[in-house]
Amino acid sequence: MTSFDAIVIGGGHNGLTAATFLARSGRKVLLVEANDALGGVARGYDFHPGFSSPGLAHIVNRLDPEVAAALSLDDRRSEPAPTVVLSPTGRHAVLRGGYGEVIDGVSQEEAKRFKELRGKLVFQATILKRFLRRRPPEIGEMALADFATLAGAGLGLLRKGREESRDFLRMLLMNVADTADEYLTDDRLKALLAFDATLGIHLGPRSPTSLLGLYYRLTGEMRGVTGAQVVANSGGRSAAAAFEAAAIHAGVTIRTGTPVARIIADRGRATGIVLSSGETLEAGAVVSAIHPKSTFLSLTDPAEIGTGFRRAIGNIRSRGNVAKLDLALERVPEFPGAAAADLSGRLVIARSVDHVEEAFNPAKYGQFSNDPVMEITLPSLSDPSLAPSGGCTLSALVEFAPYALADGWEKGKPAFQKIVLETLERYAPGLGDSIVAVSLLTPADIEERYNLPGGHWHHGELQADQLLVNRPVNAASGYATPLRGLYLASAGSHPGGGISGLPGLLAARKVISEKRA
Amino acid sequence: MMMHLTALRRAAQGHIQTPRLETPFHARLAALSETNDWYSWAGYKAPHSIFDTELEYFAIRSTAALFDISPMVKYRIRGADAERYLNRLTLRNVAKLGLGRVHYTAWCDDHGHVLDDGTLFRLGLNDFRLCCQERHLPWLVDSAAGFAVEIAEETDEIAAVALQGPTSFAVLEAAGFAGVEALKPFQLSAFPHLDGTVTISRTGFTGDLGYELFVDAKHALSLWDRLWAAGTGFGLKAIGYDALNRARIEAGFIVANADFITAEAALRADRERLPDEIGLDWLVDAEKPYFNGRDAIFRAREKNSLKHILIGLEIEGNIPAEGAIVYHRGKKEVGLVTAAIWSPLAKRNIAIATLSRPYGSRIVDDLWVEIYALRELQYQKLMKRARIVARPFVKLDRRSANPPGRF
Repeated sequence: MTSFDAIVIGGGHNGLTAATFLARSGRKVLLVEANDALGGVARGYDFHPGFSSPGLAHIVNRLDPEVAAALSLDDRRSEPAPTVVLSPTGRHAVLRGGYGEVIDGVSQEEAKRFKELRGKLVFQATILKRFLRRRPPEIGEMALADFATLAGAGLGLLRKGREESRDFLRMLLMNVADTADEYLTDDRLKALLAFDATLGIHLGPRSPTSLLGLYYRLTGEMRGVTGAQVVANSGGRSAAAAFEAAAIHAGVTIRTGTPVARIIADRGRATGIVLSSGETLEAGAVVSAIHPKSTFLSLTDPAEIGTGFRRAIGNIRSRGNVAKLDLALERVPEFPGAAAADLSGRLVIARSVDHVEEAFNPAKYGQFSNDPVMEITLPSLSDPSLAPSGGCTLSALVEFAPYALADGWEKGKPAFQKIVLETLERYAPGLGDSIVAVSLLTPADIEERYNLPGGHWHHGELQADQLLVNRPVNAASGYATPLRGLYLASAGSHPGGGISGLPGLLAARKVISEKRA
Repeated sequence: MMMHLTALRRAAQGHIQTPRLETPFHARLAALSETNDWYSWAGYKAPHSIFDTELEYFAIRSTAALFDISPMVKYRIRGADAERYLNRLTLRNVAKLGLGRVHYTAWCDDHGHVLDDGTLFRLGLNDFRLCCQERHLPWLVDSAAGFAVEIAEETDEIAAVALQGPTSFAVLEAAGFAGVEALKPFQLSAFPHLDGTVTISRTGFTGDLGYELFVDAKHALSLWDRLWAAGTGFGLKAIGYDALNRARIEAGFIVANADFITAEAALRADRERLPDEIGLDWLVDAEKPYFNGRDAIFRAREKNSLKHILIGLEIEGNIPAEGAIVYHRGKKEVGLVTAAIWSPLAKRNIAIATLSRPYGSRIVDDLWVEIYALRELQYQKLMKRARIVARPFVKLDRRSANPPGRF
């Protein structure tokens, strides 16, 4: 039997981050990953001979600076990638810099209004950001530092005056549609806000609290630029590879192709894991960087956790709504009206708030959208190794595609794929003729490929009732769990999903702060 | 035949025609009832008294008493994981509960707050019956997730009657339950009755020699008649709850939602109780596998954060102190009496009370109770000295004598 200070379950980017920081604190760390490759949803896959996908996470927009530093990411790279909001008329709006610091294709007045709204939202997101980079406070047992964060947030608000404080409290739980209507007139910009606020979340733009999704997006930064984004694999190196290199550099022992059968626990304390091979590994701390439902419903004996706790875990809402499309193309597609240079950024199909809302409506009843919205990248433009020379890959996150499709995905998938391709054809005429291969992953496929319950990349809905002290559930919101010695480090923990590394970083900090068993 | 939708719906809601249910023994109880004094026990019509509470009490202590316990909530837990399941659910170690044995236990939520107490019967290796005061099906079913067990509520299907008192064994013997003399306290066995069986356990809620009999509801009346006929020579009486309540106080037993508030019934956060706060600390087993509430219970012990304590009191005088406030030095309010009687057997004025620690734990002297005795529309306020005493208040050798006495 081998003994480690810490065992990390799951080699996604949060598992790798947790392992890296634990190893850098001088601990002997083992990371086990069920798949043969590391990276989780940032893990690429071949979907046709010669054509590869960068993975589910085709855009990185919220990598934490401390995590980025640990990854020694090359900082000398270009500008943030632009976002092109495609219009059927070919008159697109293009946001440049950090979430539209500069906008092309809209009137001067509208640009001014967007600037005002952007400033307001970024300011408010900055207030929220204080809470994202630390453990959620423990209600009833608030530490001094928690009060400091709260006081800091309060002061940050007051510095801007009473009016801003009031506005913050007014807007916090609003829906994104009303907010957009309040400031903007241009349907393309409103549609973009509506799309970004609801991407990966089971809410429509008119659902209460949908603005939270946009705040979450704007708490992200890349290379010090708030709201900026980078297309995955830009520079020819995937995020997964960077996380993996950092872990190896920190001295983490990594075992891939090593599924975990169960977590060993006795009388409220976790002491190790048993692999599917039967091998037992012991550690003072077990850090689970997989979905909380997998951790507690699949790997943990129900006899070792409380009824109420297991019930709460079982009740986490975690049904994905996003399908992932990968296309192998003979040539780089043309999107009339979009500059060639902008094709290496993000392209968004969302015509209006109504379009996003109407795309969401059927999802409530277990149906997919007949007129879906989506964000598109052409990853091979940033990393030519993803396609044969002259060829191109297209990656798209398409909404809404509910996990539990009423008629089942076996029947629904071909119909949905047809709709998605027809939609693309409208914005890129001729694209259909250049298709070499199509790969469409429904949430059910994503669940299977990534061992991700519900196919939900946030590991649980990112909504008001599943945030902060209630993420993933109250009794495990501080990375430690009722099972002493077992910690959570996945996107299911605070602050949530996206390639940020924060759940992994904060979980590692929690482990480091505790006395070793 | 097609039935109109409304008619179908109405047919499925027949239970609303009988808002208060009658137990399988009701026909016999109603025929015997002289006081016609009924109350609702978990939705069933149950007697406060049958003919005279005083005499009914003395039937328990001097001859034999028959008390209908059918309204007691009964769950059947069966399956390969039944023992593991119950070990996680309840405080005591179920692995130590032998086949054909019964133990008293309690169960808690994740925070260590007591949900209920009750008795667990091991009917088979993988077959248990859990009896309690309150209903818990959602909790039991949620607890079953991940275990190979089946949970069924059988309160309606299984009739149960308690036969308690010094001649109770003699009654069973006369009724022809051969081999019942072999039952030791907390042991159970099945006996033939008509074309079925009756499960008899040597258990009870009186602190006396006594048995509890469980039978299919359809055989309830025939079982009653069998016992009643056998009991004629042994002073067998049917009794109501008021008499039983006196006996249980003497025995020092607590009643959920009378002596403590169960976690699911508590509306106020400070009303919930850890086992150690209601005298059930002895059920908590640190060596057994994990169970619901384990961490919270041991953390409270470690941190010394237990807030309450349940104790037995002996109070001067002979006025029962039910509902009385307990004072320290006659001034500081430190607790409440939840059950009290003048004990005819102990010839003492006894009470069960809950105090706020450290009163009752570290500070145990100079305790007083303030009794409001209503005397013809005028309260007579009595400040009486109280002394903490051990429970049970009454201990009877015949309860555990082997073989049981005939008298």
